[in-house]
Amino acid sequence: MTTEFTPLASLLGGSLIGVSAVLLMLSLGRIMGATGILAGAIFPHSRQDWSWRIAVLVGMFSGPWLYRLLSGSAPVISVPVSSLMIILGGFVVGIGVTLGSGCTSGHGVCGLARLSQRSIVAVLVFMISTIFTVFVTRHLLGMGA
Amino acid sequence: MKLLVAYLVGLIFGVGISMSGMANPAKVLNFFDLAGSWDPSLAFVMGGAVVVTFFGYRWVLSRSKPLYEISFALPTRSDIDLKLVSGSLIFGIGWGLAGFCPGGALPVLGTGNRTVMLFVAALISGIYLTRKLEGVIADRVTRAT
Repeated sequence: MTTEFTPLASLLGGSLIGVSAVLLMLSLGRIMGATGILAGAIFPHSRQDWSWRIAVLVGMFSGPWLYRLLSGSAPVISVPVSSLMIILGGFVVGIGVTLGSGCTSGHGVCGLARLSQRSIVAVLVFMISTIFTVFVTRHLLGMGA
Repeated sequence: MKLLVAYLVGLIFGVGISMSGMANPAKVLNFFDLAGSWDPSLAFVMGGAVVVTFFGYRWVLSRSKPLYEISFALPTRSDIDLKLVSGSLIFGIGWGLAGFCPGGALPVLGTGNRTVMLFVAALISGIYLTRKLEGVIADRVTRAT
């Protein structure tokens, strides 16, 4: 399945992700990492460290609705893989981001912006690993393209 | 005030994710499908996010402290260990299987999308199991030494 190349929307959306990361650092002094915020919300260290994470998550949940209001259409979510792959993928992502201390937002956006060596390594490794995985599933195993 | 800003952070992130295409597994998987229906859009998401965060962080981190906390909570580790590399490798496999990463999936939870609910439930299970196992291993090591 081909998807439309959307450089402008993607650049703008990416910039907004950057703005949210900067605003979180400015206000609460925290890294905008989806994994870290989620894990800390579900397995909290203290009540004090819990409420801001819930507020960020609730904000995230309202994001698609505000987007719909502004743009006039809901964000496109099309899933070319089976539910089994979604569950397997989600579980594997959970293991990976916990061991690797971060995901696309934590390492890929905030870490790279800080020129963190750990993040640069993490991003290189997960990018190559994702390309390899997609190559294997789509072109060697012939699954959902 | 603190929670309101945290909500705003999540909201901006959620709009950015919705606009960028990160919430769309078809688009995400196509970005990694170099040998197939390649869609370079996600490079623009990463580019926009990293550039904005890079300059924003330079300004924010030149301040003595964030607005609502006494200090910045920045990662301090700089060692490249096996856990970081293997975790990132595993994360990439999961991302390549499902097409969702945590930051791309969380905002979509707000729409009640079934597939994303499956993904996030599996994601949390993966995080939970890994934390549990890490705890068990850490206990063993402490007892052995």
